[in-house]
Amino acid sequence: MSQRRTFADQSFSLVFGGLTLLGLLILVGPVFIVLITSFTTSASLKFPPPELSLRWYQALFDTTRSAHIHRAAGNSLWVAGMATLGASILAVLAALAIGRSRRPAARALEASFLSPLILPSLAYGLATLMFFSLLGLRPSLTHLIGGHLVVIAPFVFRTTLATVTQLEPALLESSASLGAGRFMTFRRITLPLIAPGIFAGAFLAFVASMDNVPVSLFLSSARTDMLPIRMWGMMESTLDVRVAAVSGVLILAIMVLMFLMDRLTGLTRRMSL
Amino acid sequence: MRAAAVDWRLAAPLGIVYLALFAAPLLLLLGISLHADQDLQQWGLDNWTKFWSDAFYRGVVWDTLRLGVAAVLATSLFAWPLAVFFCNASPRTQKILIFIILLPLLTSVVIRTFAWIVILAREGLVNQVVLSLGLSATPLRLLQTETGLILALMQIEMPLMLLPLISVMRGLDPNLLDASRALGAGMWRSFFRVILPLSLPGWIAGATLVFASACTAFISQSVIGGARLVYLPSLIWQQAMVVYDWPFAAVCSVTLLLTVLAGIMMLNWLGRYARTD
Repeated sequence: MSQRRTFADQSFSLVFGGLTLLGLLILVGPVFIVLITSFTTSASLKFPPPELSLRWYQALFDTTRSAHIHRAAGNSLWVAGMATLGASILAVLAALAIGRSRRPAARALEASFLSPLILPSLAYGLATLMFFSLLGLRPSLTHLIGGHLVVIAPFVFRTTLATVTQLEPALLESSASLGAGRFMTFRRITLPLIAPGIFAGAFLAFVASMDNVPVSLFLSSARTDMLPIRMWGMMESTLDVRVAAVSGVLILAIMVLMFLMDRLTGLTRRMSL
Repeated sequence: MRAAAVDWRLAAPLGIVYLALFAAPLLLLLGISLHADQDLQQWGLDNWTKFWSDAFYRGVVWDTLRLGVAAVLATSLFAWPLAVFFCNASPRTQKILIFIILLPLLTSVVIRTFAWIVILAREGLVNQVVLSLGLSATPLRLLQTETGLILALMQIEMPLMLLPLISVMRGLDPNLLDASRALGAGMWRSFFRVILPLSLPGWIAGATLVFASACTAFISQSVIGGARLVYLPSLIWQQAMVVYDWPFAAVCSVTLLLTVLAGIMMLNWLGRYARTD
C-alpha cells in the first residue's frame, strides 16, 4: 500500500517536474534564440548561426539605409510617452475617486474602466479608424495617442487602484486633523504612498503602447508609421534579419527597464500580487 | 459627506475620454455594421446575412473559437505545474521565476512571433533537431500550420495564465495540502481534489485573458498561420484595409467582439458552476 503510494508520488514529481522544466524552457527560450540570431553573419535565419558578427546591428544603425525604421521608432516612442502621460493623469484621478468607495456604482465604473483589457482591441482599432475618418480627420500621431491612451489607461488604473485601496484612512484623517488642507494631504501623504503603484502601472502602460498592434494597425499610415507595424512589414515581405537586431535592442532595453523598475517600485512583487 | 462628492468628480475626466474615444467609436462600429451599402446611405441587415449564410465565414468564426480554446488548454498544461513549482520555491527562486515570466510578457508580441519563425522555419531549431536525430528524412512543415500556431501562441500567452494562477495559489492555506497528505491522499489525488478546485478562480481569470488574446492575435495568426489559415482578425484587416468594405468589416469586428464575449461568459459560468459544486 505505502509502496504503491510512493510510486504514485514519484510519478507526480516526474510529470510535474518535467512539465515545469519544459515550461520554463518554452518561456525564456525564444527570447534568447532571438538574441543569438541577431548576431548572425548569415542573411538567413538559420539557427544556430554559422558565425557571429555585428553585421545586422551595423545595418540597423545606418542612418540612411534604416531611416524608415528610425522614424517608426521615433513615432512609437513619442506616442507611447504622450499616451502614458495622459493615461497616468486620468487613471490616477479615477482611481482616487473610486478607490475607497464600496458603492455598486463605483464597482461598475471600475469594471468599465478595465474593460479595454478584455474587449478585442482589434475591433476597437477598426472602430477608431472609422470614427476619425467619418469625422473627416486625416491620419495623425494625435489620433494614435488617443487610441493608445484608451487601451493602456487600465494598466495604470489597476495598479494605482490596488495601492489606493490599501491606504490607511487614519493617516489621511490625522493629516487633516493636524490642519493640513486637502491638497497638502494629497501631496505629502497620499501621493508618496501610491507612487509605486503609479510608476509600476505607467511602466506597463508605456510597454503596452510601444508593443501595441491592434490600434496602430488601423491608425498608422505611411507618414505615421509605428515600430511594431514596420517590423511586421519587414517580417511579411522579405525576411529582413534587421528585425532580429531591432528585437535585440528592444529586449535589452526591456531587461534594463525591468531591473530599474523592480528597484524603484517592487514591480515583481506588484505583478504577482 | 462633502469629501465624497468631490471625490466622485475626479473620475469624470477618464469617464469623458472613455465615452468620446471608446464608447462612441464602438457604437459607430455597430451602426456601420447595420448598413447595407458601402456609402453608408442605406440601413439594413444585408451584411449580417451575407456573413452568416456563407459556410466559409461561419467556418472562420469556428476556427477562431477553436484556436482560443486550444491556446487555453495548451497554456493550462504547463501553467499548473509551473504554479505549483513557484509556490514551493524559496523567495529567491520566486524572484527569478517572476523575471522569467515577466520577460516574455513585456517583450513585444512581434518579437515573440519572430522568435517562433526562427524556431519553426525549414532551417529552424526544431527541424535541426528532428533531422539530426533522424526522426524524419525531410524537414517538417511547421510554419503555416495550426500546430505551429498553437505552439507559438502557447508561449506568447503563457504569462497571462501564470500570473493570476500564481496569485490565487499563493493565497491558499498550505495546511490544506498537509491535511490532505496526512489523511493518506497521494500527490495526484491531493492535486486534483485540493489544489486544482481551489485555484480554479485564478485559472478562470487567466483563461479569460488567454482566450481573448489568442482569438485576436493578428500578428501571430498572419505571420505564423500564413495566408492559408484565416481567422477573424485577418478577415477584418483584409476587408477593411484591402477590400475597403467597411460595413462587412464592421460585421466581422462585431462578430469577433461577440465571439470573445461569449467565450468569457462561458468561462465565468464555468467558474460559478465549479464554486457551487
